[in-house]
Amino acid sequence: MTSIVDNRARTLELPKPELKRSITNVLAWGLFVVILMWSWEGADMRPMELIRDSGNMVQYLYGFFPPNFTEWEIYAQEMLITIQLAVWGTALAVVCSIPCGILSAENIAPWWICQPMRRAMDAARAINEIVFAMLFVVAVGLGPFAGVLALWIHTTGILAKLFSEAVEAIDPSPVEGIRATGATRLEEVVFGVIPQVLPLWISYSLYRFESNVRSATVLGIVGAGGIGMILWEVIRGFQYAETAAIVIIIVVSVSILDVISQRLRKLVI
Amino acid sequence: MPAIQVAGLNKTFNRTNRALVDIHLTVEAGEMVALIGASGSGKSTLIRHIAGLVAADRGNAGGRILIDGVPIQQGGQVSPGARKVRATLGVVFQQFNLVERMSVMTNVLTGFLGQITAIRGTLGLFSKAEKLAALEALDRVGIAQTAAQRASTLSGGQQQRAAIARALVQGAEVILADEPIASLDPASSKRVMDTLAKINCEDGKTVLVSLHQVDYAARYCPRTVALRAGEIVYDGPSTNLTPDLLRDLYSSECDELLAHHQSEESVDLEAQLASQIPATMAATA
Repeated sequence: MTSIVDNRARTLELPKPELKRSITNVLAWGLFVVILMWSWEGADMRPMELIRDSGNMVQYLYGFFPPNFTEWEIYAQEMLITIQLAVWGTALAVVCSIPCGILSAENIAPWWICQPMRRAMDAARAINEIVFAMLFVVAVGLGPFAGVLALWIHTTGILAKLFSEAVEAIDPSPVEGIRATGATRLEEVVFGVIPQVLPLWISYSLYRFESNVRSATVLGIVGAGGIGMILWEVIRGFQYAETAAIVIIIVVSVSILDVISQRLRKLVI
Repeated sequence: MPAIQVAGLNKTFNRTNRALVDIHLTVEAGEMVALIGASGSGKSTLIRHIAGLVAADRGNAGGRILIDGVPIQQGGQVSPGARKVRATLGVVFQQFNLVERMSVMTNVLTGFLGQITAIRGTLGLFSKAEKLAALEALDRVGIAQTAAQRASTLSGGQQQRAAIARALVQGAEVILADEPIASLDPASSKRVMDTLAKINCEDGKTVLVSLHQVDYAARYCPRTVALRAGEIVYDGPSTNLTPDLLRDLYSSECDELLAHHQSEESVDLEAQLASQIPATMAATA
């Protein structure tokens, strides 16, 4: 009897908001606002000018319309070169990322190989492909080949990291099963590790191909081939109708490739 | 020459947790030996040491393990030649350890990796004769029709038999099975144990199988080694493993080892064990 009475008498209480947590919240938001204000000057923020000079902006935009497609064949050809450049840059990167990725994985390589390899990949990844492109233009001359080399190195840095993370997440028991047959270390990787990570690796590679097509469209600005070269020329020549045409071609091609590669990725996963 | 020789083996995890304590074990060629014990008694640890997948304690405490007279590890160090020894040693695991995304055939073919050149193995260039041998091994364990399927599409029992086929193509004289039936239903368990018994009986392979349940040990293996807390507490004929002895050996853990009977039928477990043991003797005689 008493227990029933007790149950009725008891009321549910919401947990009291913790003072410490709410203070932390306020401080965090405050800090965020302070950082925004501190960066205002440096970023040269002038929002009022957007409104005051909106007339000029509209006039500028008018220059883009209607887009001028008279030279579309050249644009399409350059776009194709851009894609081909991305194909080679990505393909070479995938080939190099397989050994580099495996050697950066803690569960495969000893630390004295794994750590230096990771640092090397960090360096390849930290430097933007545009910077590599500028360097390679000097080394191998103007043109798409410099772009291929730039994408190759930068993408190897990224894919090796993604590949090694996939390797570190594998199930170790099949590898042990292979080891128990008397296989070599390399055979353990080929038969025990790679079949497990292959779908992820393919998916990552396709994703990087998408991104590389996007990156390749700007590599031409520093002279590393592809549609970026023409784009840079027409912008500098104030030919906005042509600029609009090129931008439209880039957007359409990149979108089509994204859709295709997404379809392919769904197939392998 | 004994097939498996373990002498003075000690293994300590995290400096304090003694998983194996001074293990001495000799298994003669052609024997089928059960290794029983409750969870955590060291069965898997012992098998993994014999397979050279784990190194024992450093120094003298590590003891040594010989397979057909060849050391696979001693003094806490896996021998440089362990890879060669592993090739003569088939291991069957509780979780099958197949590569699920590869075909059953390719999984079985990996059994050849220890015998062929590293280049051919790495490139996966198996000869026609090897492929036929793999298919034959699959046929022996009764799943030849699944050869082209991905391993992940097989049932647990079939996967375990594929793993046994992998050990078979190794041409191993010694088969180590680490709780091969712990994740299988009773019907699959029986087929897997029958397969192991067949290999032992027809091919004369030495089989060391760790088991969680005593009745399987009694049914299939003439000799049983019982582990408790990392120590061998019994080594002798399986027929002597009466429930009373088990109770003596394991006290509170005894229920776990005999749990199988209770779940299968609500018969009095002592009566069941008593009736099974003569049947086993008839089967193994």
